[in-house]
Amino acid sequence: MEWITLTIDGRTVTVPKGTTVLEACRMNEIPIPTLCHDPELSSYGSCRLCIVEIEGMRNLPPSCVTQATQGMVVRTQTTKVRDSRKTILELLVANHPLDCMTCQKMGDCDLAKYAYEYRVTGELFKGGERRHLPLDDSNPFILRDANKCILCGKCVRACEEVQGRSVLDFSFRGFHAQVGPAFNLPYSESECVFCGSCVSVCPVGALTEKKMVGQGRPWEVEKVQTTCPFCGTGCNFDLNVKDGKVIGVTSNPEAPVNGKALCVKGRFGMDLIHNSERLTTPLIKKDGEFVEATWDEAMDLVAQKLGEVKQEHGADAISVLSSARCTNEENFLMQKLARAVIGTNNIDHCART
Amino acid sequence: MTFGSGAMTNSINEIPDSKVLFIIGSNPTEAHPIIGTKMKQAVARGAKVVAVDPRRTEMADVADVWLRLRPGTDIALINGIMNIILANGWEDKKFIAERTEGFDQLRAQVAKFPPEVVSKITGVPVDQLIEAARIYATAESAQIFYTLGITEHIYGTDNVMILADLSMLTGNVGKENSGVNPLRGQNNVQGACDMGALPDVLPGYQKVTSPTARAKFEAAWDVPIKSESGLMLPDMIEAAFDHEVRAMYIMGEDPVLTDADANHVREALETLDFLVVQNIFLSETAKLADVVLPAGSFAEKDGTFTNTERRVQRVNKAIEPIGQARADWQIICDLATRMGYPFAYASPADVMQEIASLTPQYAGITFERLGRKGLQWPVPDAEHPGTKFLHEGKFARGKGLFMAIEYQVPDEPPDEEYPLLLSTGRRLSHYNISTRYSEALDSYAPEELAELNPEDAERLGIKDGERVKVASRRGALETKVRITDRVLPGMLWMSFHYKESPANVLTNAASDKVTKTYEYKVCGVKVSKVI
Repeated sequence: MEWITLTIDGRTVTVPKGTTVLEACRMNEIPIPTLCHDPELSSYGSCRLCIVEIEGMRNLPPSCVTQATQGMVVRTQTTKVRDSRKTILELLVANHPLDCMTCQKMGDCDLAKYAYEYRVTGELFKGGERRHLPLDDSNPFILRDANKCILCGKCVRACEEVQGRSVLDFSFRGFHAQVGPAFNLPYSESECVFCGSCVSVCPVGALTEKKMVGQGRPWEVEKVQTTCPFCGTGCNFDLNVKDGKVIGVTSNPEAPVNGKALCVKGRFGMDLIHNSERLTTPLIKKDGEFVEATWDEAMDLVAQKLGEVKQEHGADAISVLSSARCTNEENFLMQKLARAVIGTNNIDHCART
Repeated sequence: MTFGSGAMTNSINEIPDSKVLFIIGSNPTEAHPIIGTKMKQAVARGAKVVAVDPRRTEMADVADVWLRLRPGTDIALINGIMNIILANGWEDKKFIAERTEGFDQLRAQVAKFPPEVVSKITGVPVDQLIEAARIYATAESAQIFYTLGITEHIYGTDNVMILADLSMLTGNVGKENSGVNPLRGQNNVQGACDMGALPDVLPGYQKVTSPTARAKFEAAWDVPIKSESGLMLPDMIEAAFDHEVRAMYIMGEDPVLTDADANHVREALETLDFLVVQNIFLSETAKLADVVLPAGSFAEKDGTFTNTERRVQRVNKAIEPIGQARADWQIICDLATRMGYPFAYASPADVMQEIASLTPQYAGITFERLGRKGLQWPVPDAEHPGTKFLHEGKFARGKGLFMAIEYQVPDEPPDEEYPLLLSTGRRLSHYNISTRYSEALDSYAPEELAELNPEDAERLGIKDGERVKVASRRGALETKVRITDRVLPGMLWMSFHYKESPANVLTNAASDKVTKTYEYKVCGVKVSKVI
């Protein structure tokens, strides 16, 4: 691999050839604000928030689409850079609803984070025109508030580049520009399959998980990485837990198989954990009806009955079905139970579906 | 069998860089959506796709060649493709000479399948067969993907072996982006097999019939282990029916909804003296139980799942079990202890230690090492980084063995009385039967929409969205239909997600001679309008 050396804010850093200035900064923990950049997507260079000063270059080039070169001298926090970033943010905020207090994205909003950092007041372009677009809540999974959209285009690229679906795109021009499905149809009438990749990359409150609205603020939520219990792909995601309850699922960019991508089942199907029909107590059938029992009663009965069958008819009169839905450890224990405790090789699971 | 190891040979993240994808009996964009997206990424980067499916799937739509074969004619089709490859000299002579055996038998068998004959059997035009053979055989690298469209036949094992033949004939196995990849249906079906939840093998596919294997486990567990294989699931059902099996303990499965010929399964389970079901919901099977044990969901326990690319990954406990529910592993330990053989494991990590000590593929695995990224088996020791693709340089069994495979017909093809061919599968918005318990998913896809071709619909006088009665020799149900050319004329397609229209009361319990996999993909049915 070919390496190049450059200077960023007076620090000498070495990065592989082909690295962008933005990547070089992030590899070295030099903060650069971005709204339209995502490492899983192509670089777009549209939000201009990642601009920097580079010696010998005119204007302020966006670092996400500028290749680092040998001997380059980069400055990321000059007054000129910071003022330009602030102007961009003021322009965005001038036409952004400021209902942050009730917005689902509060605490996790990139626009709010940078607006705060750059002391944006909303006064600079006050009094301009504002959008008043209808909310799209046509489906059970995704809420779309086009008024909050900052046109970064990440959802458009995620839909096209990661999912290969191209349901979303820009329409109209200038102030009227919008992102949405063809003909501005609601999601429910489009070709959308509700994978939620668009939600996972949205930097603001334009796209949110419908079932998580009102359920918890980011700072109240514990995220637990785990493996999806549905198909054999083995996607990882974060269960969002508040007060001992799973309130939803968010992508974990570190997931080894799937990155931030998930399907409708993995992202939106976890409400089944708290379904009211979950079994919560052992049941013993008496005269054809189930009666609630304690664990001791139920387990003693099972141990006794299995023991009796083994005694009277032999161990092979017992069969055990393990499960392709349970963990490795549980499957191991189940076959050990069959073979070492009961004494039969009658152990199987629906391995074939 | 052919290679000596049953798992996906390559890795999921090799897919976007593939040159050729040969997708047969698999609908990844619905059944394995994230694998489907990686395939579409490969297409966007210029990969060629051969799709083999009677149903117009999304991958069939984007394929360079879509071979729309008659259901169940896969063996004839692949023999025909191999015939074309040999006729054109597209085989990999070096690979065949160095790494395989049995080539002469294969050549003789394949000679019986000239393209014209194959075209007649499969309904696929000759020029499409040639184009598919050319794309697959002349590629610099090519991967085969198959799912249950291949295995859920009475000759499913033969279907799989002939795909292995195809890969070896062209040298498309044992390297990056080249291999044979079963996309495993369930989250941990790979792991359940690895762990020996099968009647003929101990953990790590060590045969119960092998004295050395038994000796190893007998020493570790201090009990004798039976030397004869046990019963496979379909045989358990028959044995229950015949009173040879008197008691069953069923964890996390619902055979009454998911096994073929469901009415027969229900009857067999009702015949048992004693049935214990351990589940998170009161499933249709649990309703028949004498004792029901409430289990914790995946969010309520620690452990590991092994995915279709052999990656062992952590499952991390996020919440306490609901109500009095307990993690499955704790329930099993409790039962073993009460039956007089204490299972004294403090945690699933503890169990993994024992797994690693007895299972060569998992020998180097600990929870700590798995971390956030998991490890792909084989992991033979504590320093080993895991294995991205299998069979590099050498197959698990040494040389790859070509198998000459005869063409066979399904157990119950359509006939005069049951003129439509029923095939079953999964939809995008549901996963087996449990996702019905997700309010969000269920409100989005609340009911079955059986797929029927417009030709048949017109003949039967059925309109889109109407309700029909579907009957087979074993049972009957009612469902709504969607009229679509996604299915061939003469075919009906249903999912098995809905207990209101349980497709498996219709399906045929005839099964593969080796794996006992039911023939879910073909049976005869008749359809009539509900008035």
